[in-house]
Amino acid sequence: MIGIVGYGSYIPLYRIKTEEIARVWKRNPDDVIQNSMMEEKSLPAIDEDTATMAVESSINALKRAKINPKDIGAIYCGSETHAYAVKPDISLIGEAIGAAPNFTGADLEFACKAGTAAMQACMGFVKADYAKYGLAVGSDTARYNLENVTDHNMGAGAASFIIGKKENEILAEIEGTFSYTTDTPDFWRREGEKYPKHTERFTGKPAYFKHTIAATQNLMENLGLKPSDIDHAIFHTPNGKFVIKAAKFLGFKKEVIKSGFIVNKVGNVFSAATLLGLSATLDKAKPGERILMTSFGSGAGSDSFSIKVTDKIKDKVNLAKTTQEYLNNKKYVDYATYCKFTGRLK
Amino acid sequence: MAWRRIKQRNCLIGSECNECKTLFYPPKLKCKKCSSSNLSEFKFSGKGSIVSFSEIRNPLYGFEKQTPYTIAIVKLEEGPMLTTQIVDFDKIEIGTKVESCLRVMHTEGHSGMIQYGTKFKPAE
Ligand SMILES: [Zn+2]
Repeated sequence: MIGIVGYGSYIPLYRIKTEEIARVWKRNPDDVIQNSMMEEKSLPAIDEDTATMAVESSINALKRAKINPKDIGAIYCGSETHAYAVKPDISLIGEAIGAAPNFTGADLEFACKAGTAAMQACMGFVKADYAKYGLAVGSDTARYNLENVTDHNMGAGAASFIIGKKENEILAEIEGTFSYTTDTPDFWRREGEKYPKHTERFTGKPAYFKHTIAATQNLMENLGLKPSDIDHAIFHTPNGKFVIKAAKFLGFKKEVIKSGFIVNKVGNVFSAATLLGLSATLDKAKPGERILMTSFGSGAGSDSFSIKVTDKIKDKVNLAKTTQEYLNNKKYVDYATYCKFTGRLK
Repeated sequence: MAWRRIKQRNCLIGSECNECKTLFYPPKLKCKKCSSSNLSEFKFSGKGSIVSFSEIRNPLYGFEKQTPYTIAIVKLEEGPMLTTQIVDFDKIEIGTKVESCLRVMHTEGHSGMIQYGTKFKPAE
């Protein structure tokens, strides 16, 4: 058996409303909300980055796991906005949570799916007995050119998962995972460039939907699952609409995406997006329920997971701050403060 | 070298005198109370309260972009006091309960190191 023994979210305190961004660029906020479903988004404080947010969510995961941090033998952190180009976030994370010095790991990058790739890496390590526990993190301070309408979607946050294999510790069993990867250049960022670029309409059908659907269908076929077996589903959230469309195409009930649907309040948090959705879902899921999670990373690939919640979940949820508590605790900023906090003032 | 202090700065690790049990932050090599050199690492919980604070408008070098920012003396629940920055607050006063968080202290330009450190924010 392999599964999650601890999980945690982190969303910074600050938010900016879609209306406030629309005001500056003279857009109709209703049109933006209509197109992307984004009502507001999170942004980092001036002194927060991918590494500091990853530490916060990992501390929450440790609070729920109640394990000795020295037993964490591997830490992988996925992000598109690692604090340094060269110098790992995971060494800072490992030191800050007390796992150092006896652990391995690396910072990973695969557009928005590096967080779930981190989870798979930890599963392999733990299953092969190279580590007692693995810590997988997705953390990002997503950003785009300010003048581009895509900037409305760019959020900040982190989520962490501690993977273990002791049956009496597992709060959600990972029943299986399946990945689907092709060389599809739908979105990229070149070395030294501040912001990514994407190929407009190309990002939908041949990229997001093709990979998300293929990974999910293959996994479900392998495990013999029908759409009616799924109680909660999480898909990557470049915006709100893609998720609804993916769930519908797969024949899932409309309600399944509800517990993990937070994109309209935080934005697209890149590598943390599906993982934050999973963390939010675990806060609400009941023992015996099945969660289907499929990430998507441009370039392009999807990792799909089937996760079954155990009885342990009941004792774990309240040991750390829930995603909903993070969502409720917020402070709105104006556009100028948004620019100051995200380092856009020169 | 600054990196030698990473553990004390990022992880709130101080020291405890093994003879008289006095706690220190930042860590000491020699006990200030009983002069013993028999001390070991001690990790503080990160919980404390504000003893005094001030808003800084003439920043230190490297802190210009964060201006204005708030500096406070925080008394840790285990006893020692430290000078630190308070973040993520609307209103604080003397006695406000705070908890530690890891944040960026300052960055050495675009190509230099990112210095992290412990700051405090109002406790939940
Ligand atoms: Zn002493």
